[in-house]
Amino acid sequence: MSEEVGFAIMPLPLLLSLPLVLLAVGGYAVAAAHRPGCSRLVYGVTLTIAAVTLGLALAHLLTAAVPATLALPLGLPWLGAHFRLDALSAFFLIVANLSGGVASLFALGYGQHEHAPERVLPFFPAFLAGMNLVLLADDAFTFLFAWEFMSLSSWALVLAHHQDPANARAGYLYLVMACFGTLALLLTFGLLAGPDGGYNFAAIRAGQPTPGLAALVLILALLGAGSKAGLVPLHVWLPLAHPAAPSHVSALMSGVMTKVAVYGFIRIVFDLLGEPVVWWWGGVVLALGGITAVLGVLYALMQHDLKRLLAYHTVENIGIIFIGLGLALAFQANQMYSIAALALTAALFHVLNHSLFKSLLFLGTGAVLTATGERDMERLGGLIHPMPWTALAFLIGAAAISALPPLNGFVSEWLTFQAILISPELPQWLLRFLVPAVGALLALSAALAAACFVKAFGITFLGRPRSPAAARARETDRYSLSALFALATLCLLAGILPGLVVDGLAPVVGLLNGGARLAAQYSQPWLTLVPVGEVKSTYNGLLVLLFMALSGTVAAGLIHRLASNAARRGPAWDCGFPEASPATQYTAGSFAQPIRRVFGSIVFQARERVTMPPPGDSRPARLEVELHDPVWERGYAPVANAVVAISTRFNYLQYLTIRRYLSLVFGALVLLLLGMVLWR
Amino acid sequence: MALIADYLVQGCQMLLMLLLAPLLTGWVRVFKARLLRRRGPSPLQPYRDLFKLLRKEVVLADSASWLFRVAPYLIFAALWVAAALVPTFAGGLPFSWTADLIAIVALLGTARFFLALAGLDVGTSFGGIGSSREMMIASLAEPAMLMMVFTLSLLAGTTELSSVARFMLTAEVGLRVSLGLALLALVMVAIAENARIPVDNPATHLELTMVHEAMVLEYSGRHLALIELGASLKLLLYISLLGCIFAPWGMAVVGEGLTAYLIGVGAYLAKLAFGGFLLALFETSIAKMRVFRVDQFLGAALMLGLLGALLLFVSRSL
Repeated sequence: MSEEVGFAIMPLPLLLSLPLVLLAVGGYAVAAAHRPGCSRLVYGVTLTIAAVTLGLALAHLLTAAVPATLALPLGLPWLGAHFRLDALSAFFLIVANLSGGVASLFALGYGQHEHAPERVLPFFPAFLAGMNLVLLADDAFTFLFAWEFMSLSSWALVLAHHQDPANARAGYLYLVMACFGTLALLLTFGLLAGPDGGYNFAAIRAGQPTPGLAALVLILALLGAGSKAGLVPLHVWLPLAHPAAPSHVSALMSGVMTKVAVYGFIRIVFDLLGEPVVWWWGGVVLALGGITAVLGVLYALMQHDLKRLLAYHTVENIGIIFIGLGLALAFQANQMYSIAALALTAALFHVLNHSLFKSLLFLGTGAVLTATGERDMERLGGLIHPMPWTALAFLIGAAAISALPPLNGFVSEWLTFQAILISPELPQWLLRFLVPAVGALLALSAALAAACFVKAFGITFLGRPRSPAAARARETDRYSLSALFALATLCLLAGILPGLVVDGLAPVVGLLNGGARLAAQYSQPWLTLVPVGEVKSTYNGLLVLLFMALSGTVAAGLIHRLASNAARRGPAWDCGFPEASPATQYTAGSFAQPIRRVFGSIVFQARERVTMPPPGDSRPARLEVELHDPVWERGYAPVANAVVAISTRFNYLQYLTIRRYLSLVFGALVLLLLGMVLWR
Repeated sequence: MALIADYLVQGCQMLLMLLLAPLLTGWVRVFKARLLRRRGPSPLQPYRDLFKLLRKEVVLADSASWLFRVAPYLIFAALWVAAALVPTFAGGLPFSWTADLIAIVALLGTARFFLALAGLDVGTSFGGIGSSREMMIASLAEPAMLMMVFTLSLLAGTTELSSVARFMLTAEVGLRVSLGLALLALVMVAIAENARIPVDNPATHLELTMVHEAMVLEYSGRHLALIELGASLKLLLYISLLGCIFAPWGMAVVGEGLTAYLIGVGAYLAKLAFGGFLLALFETSIAKMRVFRVDQFLGAALMLGLLGALLLFVSRSL
């Protein structure tokens, strides 16, 4: 055995032992949560473990090592526990532990303010450990076990502040949806394993499902992974549960756990199901992605709770990722692997990007929450003055998520657009109608995201403080700031050096795409991104940044030197009628009013009612806004009502005599036996 | 040597954009005045305004933050870079591959993002009204523009502007329904994005109807000068874009020599003059619409763009 192979197999046992350390720390925290320094210890250990995991995964991906496997005699006796580290797992491990590590760094400062540490400290490392185990699992049982572990530990974190009835409701809804998702995944793996029960992923890969079965698996995987990722209409729990947790946990749930769900989808559909792909699969995923993207951002625009706004934005970004995946499926179905590589690269790039800027934004919100105790934007404002550094980091995140060049969000959306532009080559007519429509939806969601983040940043950080709490804010601590700036720097770096990220993704894309991947980008002059070929299109974030910096500084230098650099402070002009009260500023609600009127009147049946007092009456005029959530009111409420109605109807079954119960049991037995006889 | 010459042409182009931008704005104003039978100011008036503003001191509101002071430079830089990427008198310049048409649209988005934030920074109601309406307009204009980009790149097989312009000169383009739809969509977007009548009125200070002017209400001195110059650059960018895509005649290709460049500059100036004239004519012949009609106007642009792209998607194999 050569030395290289030895190196390639080495990291897996180490990677598997790291979650055990996390669990041990969690166990220690159960006993010692209130001891001084326990918070520092827990987050210090999670930071270290995440950093080591990140390093190992990065080494695996960059050296393009062969997949390593490991079987342990745990779990089901006839199956054991199988683990595998391949390029796909390594990439998602990087995503998970990058955000996980930075969130731990943030929590070194932020965690000091936690008033119920015993409800957070044990579960935070367990949550991270659960996610890492999902990414390493190589059989259905281990996968589902880790998946449930991840769900339940995050559920405990959602209920960290359970006294708030809204949080309790969020936790309940989350539990119901998580159970539903796991049920769908259980059925998925059941179908994949077949009657012989080959639950090992290697056995599933070798199997050849019939087309009908494969389609059923796709639908179930969409339900199972999609409900965890937040695909419309399965997203309802997400904007309630993610904001309910402490902010560094929200960052992990939104930035990482949704990505683990995306991983589950990719693993099942691209890897386990394998070839052949039918073209309409791509159509279904594309349409779902497009609808999710636009609805997510429209929901987000209607929010004035900062964390809920961010959570709805996660829904939008999951939509963008699924658009990329849907395109990849459509191209794979037509054997256009080189273009499928482009779409897959775009989707995976967006996975990385979203984990970076969504973690950044949630952590920034955490800093705001510590400083003011508020997350309602209508009571914030002017925070850029007391918190200039937090504001700068949040601004970078907001610009990145709005897909503005030269930051990273733009690159992945640009790649998705490039993939869309090649789609007329697709032979199926339905796809040809669908793809430009999805392109329009993607463009619409990008533009609306910019509007949404002008609102989020502008109302929270700019203007004048709208409440005494906002006026008293102080800059956050150094740990939190370093976490924020680490993520902001990564957003910028991924934006100006996208070629390096694309090259790093190449082994993952090759794994999922029958070996086809994008051409190596690092050899391009000036690190230009050339996904398809020079005649098609190119983009160079580095040069755009350099040009902008150059022209901005030259203009500033010349003007200050040659013209004038005098400045004077004075009261605001405001067309001659400045008003001292901060209540005269635009609020989050008024900022979104034009968009609510244009889009919301269709999607949310938004209605505005103005009640004007008669002349002479000194009461204030009132504006009432009425919004309807179409998904909840049309989809979930009827189901919930039906469940309640049925259970009320059968409530009397709880109060029968023993005689009646016995006859019921007997009747059921007879009925079942009869059914058996008829079936045969 | 040839390489240095190419870079020189690139630099000339960037400077030319900067120098021409106020002239175009002044030119449109002159035409509008003449059409209204006024004498109007000299076309050089925007230069005088800019120099006056540059020399004046800045008055900052008490509640203005660092973002308010940085934003004008950022907006100007983004708009200048975007404008410099549009081929004017010569195509195929060394930096034309830095960013394609999608990136140019996104750079305009960057400028708009920071302008809208600057409008919110001081915390006045006018700034807010301007920002929120600007973002509403942009949320429809940007997708419409991207749909137009789709149409073009499906035809030309690239999103890189110089190549698109070169393709439009070839005989295989012909008259196409999609191109007509794209032209219409781009004109509508250009009118909305440059805050012209009927979407917004660049000459007004009537508070409740203005969008762009409301956002920059608190700016003064050199900051205002940069924002005004940026707005002029944006107008120039859109007219150059229309010229380079739908009327690419006379454009030189880099390395063709001085005569070709001179012809290119002449053709470019003629296109600008004609474009400015058409804009003035259009603006004087139509009334401003109220804010909540704009969404229908831009929604129509979006649908036209989508229709153009859809036609191409469907007709690819026919």
